[in-house]
Amino acid sequence: MAPPLLSIRDLHLTMTSFEGEAHVLNGIDLTVRRGEIWGLVGESGCGKSLTGLSISRLVPAPPAAYKRGEIAFEGRDLLRLPMREVQALRGKRIGMIFQDPTTNLNPAYRIGEQLVDVALAAAKHDPSILDCEAGAGRRTRRRAAHRLAAEMLDRVGIPNAEERLDNYPHEFSGGMRQRVLIAMALIGRPDLLIADEPTTALDVSVQAQILKLLKGTVSDHDIGVILITHNLGVVAETCTHVAVMYAGNIVERGPVAEVINRPAHPYTRALMAAIPTRASQRGSLNGLGGAVPNLVTPPPGCRFAPRCARAIAACSAQQPPALPVAGEHHAACIRLAESEELEHV
Amino acid sequence: MTEIAETPPIEMLSTGNDRWRRALFRFRQSKLSMLGAAMVAVVLFFTLFGTVLAPYPEHVAGGVATADRFLPPSAAHPFGTNELGQDVLSLVMAGTTVSVLAGFGVVLIGTVIGTLVGGIAGFVGSWTDEVLMRLTDLTLTIPGLILAMAIAAALGPGFTNMVIAISLSWWPGYARLVRGEVLAAREEVYVTAARAIGASPARILFRHILPNTVSPIIVKMSLDMGFAILTVAGLGFIGIGVRPPTPEWGTLLSLSRAYMPDYWWTAMAPGMAMFLAVFGFNLLGDGLRDILDPKARR
Amino acid sequence: MSDPILQIENVSKVYGARRALFGKTAEVQALQDVSLSVRKGESFGLVGESGSGKTTLTRSILHLETPTAGRILFEGRDLAQLSAAEMRRLRARVQIVFQDPYASLNPRMSVQDIVTEPMLIHRETLGLDRRQRIERAAELLSLVGLGPQHLSRFPHEFSGGQRQRICVARALASGPELLLLDEPTSALDVSVQAQVLNLLCELQDQLGLTYFFISHDLAVVRYLCDRVALIYRGELVEEGETDRIFDHPESEYARMLTRAMPEVRVPA
Repeated sequence: MAPPLLSIRDLHLTMTSFEGEAHVLNGIDLTVRRGEIWGLVGESGCGKSLTGLSISRLVPAPPAAYKRGEIAFEGRDLLRLPMREVQALRGKRIGMIFQDPTTNLNPAYRIGEQLVDVALAAAKHDPSILDCEAGAGRRTRRRAAHRLAAEMLDRVGIPNAEERLDNYPHEFSGGMRQRVLIAMALIGRPDLLIADEPTTALDVSVQAQILKLLKGTVSDHDIGVILITHNLGVVAETCTHVAVMYAGNIVERGPVAEVINRPAHPYTRALMAAIPTRASQRGSLNGLGGAVPNLVTPPPGCRFAPRCARAIAACSAQQPPALPVAGEHHAACIRLAESEELEHV
Repeated sequence: MTEIAETPPIEMLSTGNDRWRRALFRFRQSKLSMLGAAMVAVVLFFTLFGTVLAPYPEHVAGGVATADRFLPPSAAHPFGTNELGQDVLSLVMAGTTVSVLAGFGVVLIGTVIGTLVGGIAGFVGSWTDEVLMRLTDLTLTIPGLILAMAIAAALGPGFTNMVIAISLSWWPGYARLVRGEVLAAREEVYVTAARAIGASPARILFRHILPNTVSPIIVKMSLDMGFAILTVAGLGFIGIGVRPPTPEWGTLLSLSRAYMPDYWWTAMAPGMAMFLAVFGFNLLGDGLRDILDPKARR
Repeated sequence: MSDPILQIENVSKVYGARRALFGKTAEVQALQDVSLSVRKGESFGLVGESGSGKTTLTRSILHLETPTAGRILFEGRDLAQLSAAEMRRLRARVQIVFQDPYASLNPRMSVQDIVTEPMLIHRETLGLDRRQRIERAAELLSLVGLGPQHLSRFPHEFSGGQRQRICVARALASGPELLLLDEPTSALDVSVQAQVLNLLCELQDQLGLTYFFISHDLAVVRYLCDRVALIYRGELVEEGETDRIFDHPESEYARMLTRAMPEVRVPA
């Protein structure tokens, strides 16, 4: 059996800062297969973005240090691969989309030139992208790349794509720029796409379009996606699977319908209880007290225990393992059996 | 309202002290910044105690010992003696006071004038901005040293006049810096909040805008200290600064010029002192910029 | 049904063409003939996407900008007709909480200075001396779920949710009746957002405040507001009771928005 597209095993990451060594990722386990869209959710400061950045080795080290674990991309451990080879994967096999579209486009070049460059670079790895016969001349390939760029812009919903290729980044609005970045990430037909809050800065109507595009790309090209977001609504409507992160741990993971319909971990339940829904009565939302702990001196055992309404002494004894809830659905909570009987919050 | 009473997590409640310790931690990461700080500390030490610690205080006061003219460096005179038989080390140590205080005076006066001009120009805008900034540009078109020379010549020699003369050519840089910072700070949300509360323009400028422009000003002051000391020495060198017998680096250097290269040691000590001071303040300024104003880093 | 506290009558705002490097920039119609009425004690939601004119309208209500046409009335009095002194007094009664709690607090002021500043500015109206102001600041902090021990601290020592509480305390300091809430929770995590929303509900019940709540987050608006207006490219598209808008949207825009809104459907 071929290895899965991405398999993160027991990943430990520390960051050295003024206060000391922070254990920012504390044993992450995650497997992404082709055709899956994994939502990575949690409060800010839980390590969602660091997990995404680790996959493309974009976390500056030092101050970061990988203490343990592996990130296997099609069976090859990215942490042990020479940087040169990781760079070759980045942008071609592994695509990235970030939240802030302004800093990720070169203001001095036309959008078209930037897209064509990415397409040509990616074509070195996979010539089929350009859809022209092997050994075609530079001219032909450039023309094909240009055609592809226009097609991609059109697919991400930019009107008059052909003409807009000649525009500079500052001539696009924020939402449009984010679409350009998404086009750029998709043009090389990556096998794995990491999208870090790609729609947070956008209006809901644009967000809906872009999420639809993302889903379409996954089914058309059979790629794997990690979608980092703090919006459970986005996860519910877009993802096939979800992993809930808290303070450097994945506390619950599984198929999205399973997790959302039967949240097993108290943290997942608390997050869901905080979202205003159609049924919420005014003043009745349940906020989650406290804050994400300092990761230099994390609480012992379960890191969520200090904020957990159901915590008992045993919770602080050791880090809870991921226990199966049903099928692929796992949750890292020792009181799982008991909480099963609880009603939904 | 139990869930409302969110207990503030301990690490959020670090004291104001913590901010300084954090800054110090980052400052210490850079060896060059630390070297600069050490050099500046030495210079400041001699500024305060140079006159007192000088091995030959009588020479500092103007006493001469013609019998000991042009002695080369030795144990008794580590940097030799000059044409009047005075100990060069003593003169340079005492000269630190004049040079550094003059430099500091120049930077301070320049900062005050520049901050007022730039702050008002940026805050009020429209024609006030135009008038003040064109005045600034006008001052900038005249070479600083020439302008200072002209002013010093008009006012007559002396410590205070020299400081005033240089300051009057020194403020435009600060005016431009502060204007830019004020224009940026004016758009901050907390300034809008203050306007929505009904705060007066003066309150907005002095309470909300100017305090937030302090960091880049401090950085520029530190970077400028070295150049101010050089300019003071420059005026001394061309003979319109502090007059002998008051020891001053530029004057010392200028006097020793006549005896080069035979009696090279007379120029050695004041030159080295200037180099140390300028280099030290520049390194310190760079270090401060990295911790106070990281966005300006290239 | 109570009296209107805020009336917006046919307000338009055009940003004039400016000279650019080559030729002129085009005129921008930020608001076009917008009319709204907010009743005393209610929560009124204004929903719009970026560029819809929400911000221009907020700034006009605060009188930080003057509409090109139309009137804005507070308790029946036209803002444009007020004298400078009357306008200053009015500022104590209309306050705002901004979206970004990291940018809306002056980093060089202590919490005490931040919360007492409105009382200092309006000391003639409020009649509080220095000690009373500090006592009142401590009370306000307790009201928003912080404590007097936070008075001497600086904004950078607080989390986003705590900063937003400080912003609310500052907005309440001058004893306002109308609070403009400009996306006050969109920069916060859902867990913190829930706390801030609950706080706002409690404060309204306790102090009888009127809220003018600006947001692009429909779920939050539905949770907090009694009535909603939708604004699109400077024009009012639909207005009505919150439930009616969500259950039976009339305009195409409202239907599109409610459809696009991502939602977690928790099983009953």
